[in-house]
Amino acid sequence: MKTFYWLVKREFWEHRGGFLWTPVIVGGIFLLLNLMGIAVGEAFGAHHGMTMSGNNMHLFNQAMTDGDTDKIGFGLDMMMFSTSIIISIVLGFVLFFYCLGALYDDRKDRSLLFWKSLPISDTATVLSKVFSAAVLAPVIAVICGVLTGLLMLLMYVITLSFHGVSAWRLLTLAHPFQVIADLVGSIPLYVLWALPTLGWLLLCSAWARSKPFLWAVALPVGVGVVIGWFNLLGSISVNNLWYWKNVCGRVLLSIFPGGWLGQNHMMQLSDGGVAHALDFLHVAHAYQVLGTPSIWIEAAVGAAMIAGAIWLRRWRDDN
Amino acid sequence: MSTVITANGLSKRYKASLALDNASFRIESGRIVGLIGPNGAGKTTALKAILGLTDFQGELDVLGLDPRKQRGRLMEQVCFIADVAVLPRWIRVREAVDFVANIHPRFNRAKCEAFLARTKLQPNQRVRQMSKGMIVQLHLALVMAIDARLLVLDEPTLGLDILYRKQFYQSLLEDYFDEDKTIIVTTHQVEEVEHILTDLMFIRDGKIVLDADMEAIGERFIEVMVGADHAAAARALKPLDERQVFGKSIFLFDGADRAMLEALGEIRRPSVSDLFVATMKGTYA
Repeated sequence: MKTFYWLVKREFWEHRGGFLWTPVIVGGIFLLLNLMGIAVGEAFGAHHGMTMSGNNMHLFNQAMTDGDTDKIGFGLDMMMFSTSIIISIVLGFVLFFYCLGALYDDRKDRSLLFWKSLPISDTATVLSKVFSAAVLAPVIAVICGVLTGLLMLLMYVITLSFHGVSAWRLLTLAHPFQVIADLVGSIPLYVLWALPTLGWLLLCSAWARSKPFLWAVALPVGVGVVIGWFNLLGSISVNNLWYWKNVCGRVLLSIFPGGWLGQNHMMQLSDGGVAHALDFLHVAHAYQVLGTPSIWIEAAVGAAMIAGAIWLRRWRDDN
Repeated sequence: MSTVITANGLSKRYKASLALDNASFRIESGRIVGLIGPNGAGKTTALKAILGLTDFQGELDVLGLDPRKQRGRLMEQVCFIADVAVLPRWIRVREAVDFVANIHPRFNRAKCEAFLARTKLQPNQRVRQMSKGMIVQLHLALVMAIDARLLVLDEPTLGLDILYRKQFYQSLLEDYFDEDKTIIVTTHQVEEVEHILTDLMFIRDGKIVLDADMEAIGERFIEVMVGADHAAAARALKPLDERQVFGKSIFLFDGADRAMLEALGEIRRPSVSDLFVATMKGTYA
């Protein structure tokens, strides 16, 4: 256990930039952009009805013009979510490249020989990398998302209070604790959801002699193109869309959080109207995806690929 | 004296070539063994097999463990410095010490810090900011603080200047080595290690062609400096090698009669590098 703790710490040392500073900086820049947007809005928007894109000003305007308390609450919650959404997208990119390099970079610079000179099993090494990607980085991202989200909320509430709306009343309309619970609660779901991509990327990272990115992307995309080509020829009929969505998408894109919010959720969103607009993000709702067998099967395949990566890590013999 | 390594019929085939060809040897504890061979002779493959980094055919016992199956336990008792400068470039001195101290059950932190205090290394310095010699100093400080029974060194001083090289071997001898420890070293800078070795192993084309302790080598191999008048007589004794220096011939004999050679000229103990060159003649031809 102590070894595992230090292995994870080692990953954090090496990837402090990606795991910690990236979400902090992204959250900070997003806050700053919104602050600038508010300033511009205060100067001109109130007079000309101008809206800024790329920030939350439209939600702000909506809340200002509409007396509907549900809508105001929804707008405030979305503001709080917005930082997490941006941070999650960036986190996806960080983790994608982290996994591709995790079992490759130290082979390339030969520092593998140093790590292998220590009494650490390859299983512990690989699992510490899985843990760092699936748990450590998302937890840091959620903490950053919650903090910047609260700041975002306060920023808009204070701005609105200058326009005669009571700040306390606004805060009672928003649901910050619900939003925090949704974000924290999504971490276990993310672990399960991301497993196929984590497994595939780590497998490529452990296997490739060079250019792991090319192998990881070109192989599943290439297979998809070939299937599509055979479909056009009419010689076989494999459901091409199924492949792109359930194989290619799952091994490459599941590293991005929120992918489990599928079409069904979106449909419910458009049906339910604003009163239930946030339900699709609610944690209890999101966990409905666990009722489908596919997520379990895909997670098992992901775990199997991680086992493959461990085996390759043990026996890959580069010269 | 206990046996540290027993190898029986080690073979390892890469796609095109045979890196180890039925090699057998034993290494006892308390020895410093030089594993010397030309490029591509199988030195690194042999070391990798000992460290459980590669699969192979044959039997291999290292400290009573099978490196293929019990690697985790083996590495508690075995250290290696494989090649120079393989420490991860992002790591800081402080982090490296912290990490090894918490991972390795036989690591002595105070000892490591004492070694580091004798260098110019700073706790916050990253490996990427260090020269090759400093990286080796850090690596050596980490390794010497581990109470391991076997230390494997694969070209540990390649590319270092003479000050670092001398310091490296001096530290090993003075502060690390004792009769419970065993060191295996491969290097091309034979002259620098020959006075610290207790045993010598020559490897060529995956085979062990010479395996003896230094005393036995001193008795078995004799170099004679012979004037032109006795050269023909010396050649008749079938020397291993012959070279010319200042108009005299130097002959290298394997297992010849000492008294007979003394009659021909001045005899002396051959250097390991001369022995190596004579043994490996024709390797690259």
